[in-house]
Amino acid sequence: MTFVTRLAAIALLSAAATPLLAQSVTAGKLVIDQAWSRQTAPTQKVGGGFLSITNKGKTADRLVSATSPVATEVQLHTMSMDGGVMRMRQMKDGIAIPAGKTVELKPGGLHVMFIGLKRPLAVGDSVPVKLRFARQGEVQVRFKVQPVGATGPAEARHGQH
Amino acid sequence: MVSTDRAPTPTIVIVRRLLWAAVALAALVGSIIFFAPKDEPEATRAYADTFGGPFTLTAPDGSAVSNRTLAGKPYAIFFGFTRCPEVCPTTLARMASLRQQLGPDGMKFDIVFVSVDPEHDKPADIGSYISLFKTPIYGLTGSPAQLAQIRKGYGVYVKKVPIEGGDYTIDHTAAIFLMDARGKFVTTIDYHENDRTALEKLKRIVAEASAAPEAGQKP
Repeated sequence: MTFVTRLAAIALLSAAATPLLAQSVTAGKLVIDQAWSRQTAPTQKVGGGFLSITNKGKTADRLVSATSPVATEVQLHTMSMDGGVMRMRQMKDGIAIPAGKTVELKPGGLHVMFIGLKRPLAVGDSVPVKLRFARQGEVQVRFKVQPVGATGPAEARHGQH
Repeated sequence: MVSTDRAPTPTIVIVRRLLWAAVALAALVGSIIFFAPKDEPEATRAYADTFGGPFTLTAPDGSAVSNRTLAGKPYAIFFGFTRCPEVCPTTLARMASLRQQLGPDGMKFDIVFVSVDPEHDKPADIGSYISLFKTPIYGLTGSPAQLAQIRKGYGVYVKKVPIEGGDYTIDHTAAIFLMDARGKFVTTIDYHENDRTALEKLKRIVAEASAAPEAGQKP
């Protein structure tokens, strides 16, 4: 194998490996990473999405809405456990992203809810989502679809590193 | 008798005050009883022997599954709905993982998922949903009346909450109820409980069933 082909092979491998890793997106002072979702059943019309948003700026921002071509609607929700009862509520005023803080949307709390899925989310899919922030405006991110049992962005693969 | 043109005696004043106090108390108690929310979470109520009780529901293949079908093997029963994006998949995936961690004992208890959304969850929807978890699960739904009966038996709180766009979500009790081979309530696994204590509880219901072989037989 020549040096060039070897280099090409490495480049190809890295390109192939990239989608497996949690992708980080920087937009202005916002850093968005670990965007992931869970696979859904063929008849399931909703799905949850999770991500982490860090505001490195000195001004607070707010995630106000989201859209995705895979769903008729994307809402911002929160979930809480109250006396053994699971309650889910829409965050109608959006989600505050305070200056200098990281806000995590993760299982057991805040999440993005895909409503009216046009097709099931399959493991390995990369779902395009447009987030809209009050100050930063629109930010395009991709949610990586994990197996239904996942509790984090790519836990099964982290063990390999 | 007491005439109105004369100041009442101190005794009468005290009696009157006491009577008014009694009226106020009765009104207060009455209003508490009357206005108390009827659909309060019941999961925390005292678990009696009657907990659970008989039920008949429908499996994804259309067959009937009742408490008698499940008798003879302990089971972990959980209420949810297929469009629940968070707690339901988390809980079912967790049950599948706990079963795997138990090794050969993992198949000595059944996992039962009961829909709280008869309007949307038809048997086929449940079948498609539970197939994601790659372990045998009884995925059950039924008529609103059948589901109301089992919810009452298990003290499961369910409340439909409208969300924007005409859709709805459902607030519901998220505990996993562990039942013995006779269908009697043993304990619960809470959403926030760690795997270690959850595994101990599952081991306990499996061990109790093995120690009482007469209960280990299907009727």
